[in-house]
Amino acid sequence: MNLNFLEFEQPIAELEAKIDELRYVGNDNDINIGDEIVRLQLKSQELTRSIFSSLTAWQISQLARHPQRPYLLDYIERIFTQFEELHGDRLFGDDPALIGGLARLNGRPVVIIGQQKGRDVKEKLQRNFGMPRPEGYRKALRLMKMAERFKLPLLTFIDTPGAYPGVDAEERGQSEAIARNLYMMISLKTPIICTVIGEGGSGGALAIGLGDKICMLEYSTYSVISPEGCASILWKSADKASEAAEAMNMTSQRLKELELIDTIIPEPLGGAHRDVDAMARNLSSTLEDILNTLDKHSPDELVEKRFQRFMQYGNFTEET
Amino acid sequence: MSSWFEKLLPSRIRTDGKKSKHTVPEGVWSKCPICEAVLYRVELDRNLNVCPKCNHHLRISARQRLNGFLDPDPFQEIGTELLPFDRLKFRDSKKYKDRLLQAQKATGEKDALLVMHGQVLGFPLVVAAFEFEFMGGSMGGVVGERFMRGINVAIEEHIPFVCFSASGGARMQEALFSLMQMAKTSAALNRLTQHGLPFISVLTDPTMGGVSASLAMLGDINIAEPNALIGFAGPRVIEQTVRETLPEGFQRSEFLLKHGVVDLIVDRREMREKIISLLAILTHQPCPTKKAVAATFLIENEVTLAN
Repeated sequence: MNLNFLEFEQPIAELEAKIDELRYVGNDNDINIGDEIVRLQLKSQELTRSIFSSLTAWQISQLARHPQRPYLLDYIERIFTQFEELHGDRLFGDDPALIGGLARLNGRPVVIIGQQKGRDVKEKLQRNFGMPRPEGYRKALRLMKMAERFKLPLLTFIDTPGAYPGVDAEERGQSEAIARNLYMMISLKTPIICTVIGEGGSGGALAIGLGDKICMLEYSTYSVISPEGCASILWKSADKASEAAEAMNMTSQRLKELELIDTIIPEPLGGAHRDVDAMARNLSSTLEDILNTLDKHSPDELVEKRFQRFMQYGNFTEET
Repeated sequence: MSSWFEKLLPSRIRTDGKKSKHTVPEGVWSKCPICEAVLYRVELDRNLNVCPKCNHHLRISARQRLNGFLDPDPFQEIGTELLPFDRLKFRDSKKYKDRLLQAQKATGEKDALLVMHGQVLGFPLVVAAFEFEFMGGSMGGVVGERFMRGINVAIEEHIPFVCFSASGGARMQEALFSLMQMAKTSAALNRLTQHGLPFISVLTDPTMGGVSASLAMLGDINIAEPNALIGFAGPRVIEQTVRETLPEGFQRSEFLLKHGVVDLIVDRREMREKIISLLAILTHQPCPTKKAVAATFLIENEVTLAN
């Protein structure tokens, strides 16, 4: 089994292995097998297209957490110039699980915040698997206020399993830190674009998720609890995660239909990790377009529209 | 078949009949889960579900709480016309629709939040309370909308808002819509603040997850009831994450007070007076409890003098 491929991608992996094998043989012999390689490559693309055209919610949630999925810093280095990371909440410390700073998007100054996961074991631990502590959210709050004060658009990038459930996080007021961000973001007088780039996990995601436009990468997810968590609470068995993923409507497609998000940013064939540069270009041009449309509104108008948007969410009926 | 001898026995020592086991109607007696004292239900109700022996604050239904909190003059319930709606047709091991029906039957409420417009010691306010027995006090669309409408009334009437939380968090059966209630309730509180009106949040046992990480922590003043479990992540989840047993008293009111998360811990039986005296200061009004306080002061002094 090829670990670069998920379980449902194994037929593609087998085909790719065959192509590699042929290439190896091709180098050894004079026989021209280029045609055969091209034919197999086309077939592999066809197969990928067909598998990816009907992914289940559970498969998408695996893609959103793929070990090779691009993280925030991978996009920052491709999309922004002059990124200056700013550290610390001025109260307790600096949280490497939630990063932020100043940068330029096609020359235009912006403020960036978002969760950052780690790639190797050491970095995963250092970044706490992208699960911020209160100081992370309070750093985010400080940068939000900075964006407002200097009239800079705020771009947030969501990629977290959730806020960290730990003793120290509770001691320092995890709940308050998240609540305060919700309270502040709703009335922040600057344009805000929020983009889910991987996992949008619960309150830990929403704490940087109140914006004028909410985007999701095609194979990212956004939910009130992880599918495993939901399954173990409601089904009393973590094995039911795939059912839970389906029931929670956590994919970009479903959330767009439910009008909880505005824009789906398409991913390259096979997912963002198959072509990070192409993904970064899609993301960059979407952000640029949305910023241009938000420019047409005054900060007060944006705040009022943002408020109305979040106030209308919720399902209920009214007895007459 | 019973013998003549058994018929002669006084009923209280007859042990064979099934009837005799049920001569005490259910719910007449309760047991305190902390000191294990057996308590007379009526007395416990009168004491607002606080154990008279050890002062443990047992859970209390939202309606009972608000009836005890508000003055008996007519008060108005807000948002009674709102009913839950299962837009996602959510189904886990049970249908959400059935869970709702079951909860409605068990509690007599339509959803997990009650909101009232009334007075406390003659002081007008809007007050909300979570019904924990309704699906763990979980926050879905109706809870968010009632909360918002309550705040709108507070803004229209220019009066303070008080909320008693008791909730496990967001209602999973409403998926991302329930997460958005965190945004909605926080946004509504932001508006309340912009109108210069105070919000007092009372955190009761238990206040966790999405409710704790939104409206419950946003009080101008955060009050906790004694020994309430309050936190973001549940103790079980934390234990699984850090793989160690949690310290004694972790996530309890006294722990939160020590860590600067709540302003004060108040006994349920003193809640009315305490909240009103705080609100009166925040809104530049004479203290409505002054008479009551003066009366107690006099009595205490008389006792001291007599001694």
